[in-house]
Amino acid sequence: MSELFRVEGLSKSFGGLAVSREIDLAMNAGDRLALIGPNGAGKTTFVNLVTGQLRPSSGRVVLNGEDVTGLGAVRRVRKGLVRTFQVTRLFSDLTPEEHVTLTVLQRLGRATRIIGRFRGDAEVSAEVESLLRTLGLLDVARRKVGEIAYGQQRLLEIAIALALKPKVLLLDEPAAGVPSTETPRIEQALEHLPPSLAVLMIEHDMDLVFRFARRVVVLAAGEIIFEGLPSDVAANEKVREAYLGNYAHARRVA
Amino acid sequence: MQVIAKSRPVASPPKAAGHLVRDGAGLVLILAAGAAGYWLFPDNLALLTRVIAIALLVLSLDLLVGYCGVASLGQATLFGAGAYAAGMACLRGVTEPMTLIAIGAVAGACAGLVMGTIMLRAHGLAQLVLSIAIVQLAHEAANKASAYTGGSDGLAGFSPSPLFGTFEFDLWGRTAYLFGLGLLVLVFIALKFVVASPFGVLCRGIKEDPVRIRSMGAFVFPVLLKMFVISGAVAGMGGALAAISTQVVGLDSVSFELSANSLVMLVLGGLGSLYGALIGTVIFMGFEHVVSAINPFHWMTMVGALLIAVVLVAPGGLGGLVSRLRPRLRGRNGEQP
Repeated sequence: MSELFRVEGLSKSFGGLAVSREIDLAMNAGDRLALIGPNGAGKTTFVNLVTGQLRPSSGRVVLNGEDVTGLGAVRRVRKGLVRTFQVTRLFSDLTPEEHVTLTVLQRLGRATRIIGRFRGDAEVSAEVESLLRTLGLLDVARRKVGEIAYGQQRLLEIAIALALKPKVLLLDEPAAGVPSTETPRIEQALEHLPPSLAVLMIEHDMDLVFRFARRVVVLAAGEIIFEGLPSDVAANEKVREAYLGNYAHARRVA
Repeated sequence: MQVIAKSRPVASPPKAAGHLVRDGAGLVLILAAGAAGYWLFPDNLALLTRVIAIALLVLSLDLLVGYCGVASLGQATLFGAGAYAAGMACLRGVTEPMTLIAIGAVAGACAGLVMGTIMLRAHGLAQLVLSIAIVQLAHEAANKASAYTGGSDGLAGFSPSPLFGTFEFDLWGRTAYLFGLGLLVLVFIALKFVVASPFGVLCRGIKEDPVRIRSMGAFVFPVLLKMFVISGAVAGMGGALAAISTQVVGLDSVSFELSANSLVMLVLGGLGSLYGALIGTVIFMGFEHVVSAINPFHWMTMVGALLIAVVLVAPGGLGGLVSRLRPRLRGRNGEQP
């Protein structure tokens, strides 16, 4: 399969502290990649750099052969580079249906219209309903988000991301904080992601990583120390060291 | 393992019908209150018209504070822009009332565009301070440009022509009041459509979490700027109405005090429902009128006490109190909450 997405030499330092160092990574359509690493390894920073929430100190982000490093977060989303958040960021006052409808309308370029009802377009409603059904959220579609279970909120995060029809999806700990009784539903949702989508998932739950990922990248102190098959990761000496703490402290830039 | 996509009944049909019924009932209530004011207080129609003009100002503020989360203590800038524009136009021979309202709307919208462009550069407290600075600057500009604005004397000596060429603006203020009431109802209906549009929902999203909205691929700044323009048009119409009905435009129409009072009225009535803006304005101005007549020296104390009571007892404002009580009342009637 052809290469869809690539980062080259991506680095970021805050003051003298390097949080990302020369990260190179490529993904193809249909990839299922897990990004793991100890706390403070720079995983979320990496997602922020890729999606444009943070500007890299150096390096490039290339999507579909186009350099998007100079683009802001909004334009990258419109080009198909979409993320979810580690801590749920939803509008407690709106319903899941309203979240997804708003996202679909935005994708169609109709979210800023003053004339016209928010609901009422049959095509949009059908798409929203189908997405909510896929993620098992139809039951709570009209409840306020503040009233639904946390696991359902995590699923809604994924629904919003999918409503944007992404090419590359970055999932920042999709199962974080979800009680174990609800994780199977998240797992199921991850299994049913569109096959052509390139997915990068940050996750601490190694069971989930092993079931989901076909490739694992380990980040420690801002650099990639391992890239390969899930089955090889546990045996790797560098990875063991990283999790035992040798890499846990970010080194100062010389 | 659990199956995610169980076959389930399709979600219930949209509640749009319910909204229409509720908004229809709201409109009937506004008209009924307006008619009651006309019959019950025939000697106070000038005050009631002032209430309507200020209600437009508070509505415009609700669009920014209640729907977008933009804090402003300078909303009178937009009101004043409309008032002065209408006053100046009337002095220069444009006396048709509808045209004057349109001129006020355009002037307010332009002022909103400028004010939004400046204020949206900042966030939170800095934004609030900017809004105060803007209204103070506008006040000072109106004061200094006395050749156009009449300075501290204000603009006077203009009189709008009869409404639709027939209805004179009479001494008792009947025409002005009914004209204002009609304007308020039309603006209210238009705003109900605006806040129910995709744009309106997008604004509510921005209010809660702009970062989230950006990661949905929507720009935040142009959306908020658009709301500033709409808000300016509404406030400008309020200013123009005040100018037409009193035939005077003073520096108080572009003051910090009016800006702050409009925010107090909005908090009193409740943010983000449009009804709260109306309720808050009527209660605040009614209270002010009654209490200042009873005790001209300590009425501000009473207003302060009322505000503290409302904020403590009903943090969502008086409008919020109504919608909080509604489920209980329904429950009593045996309906599903």
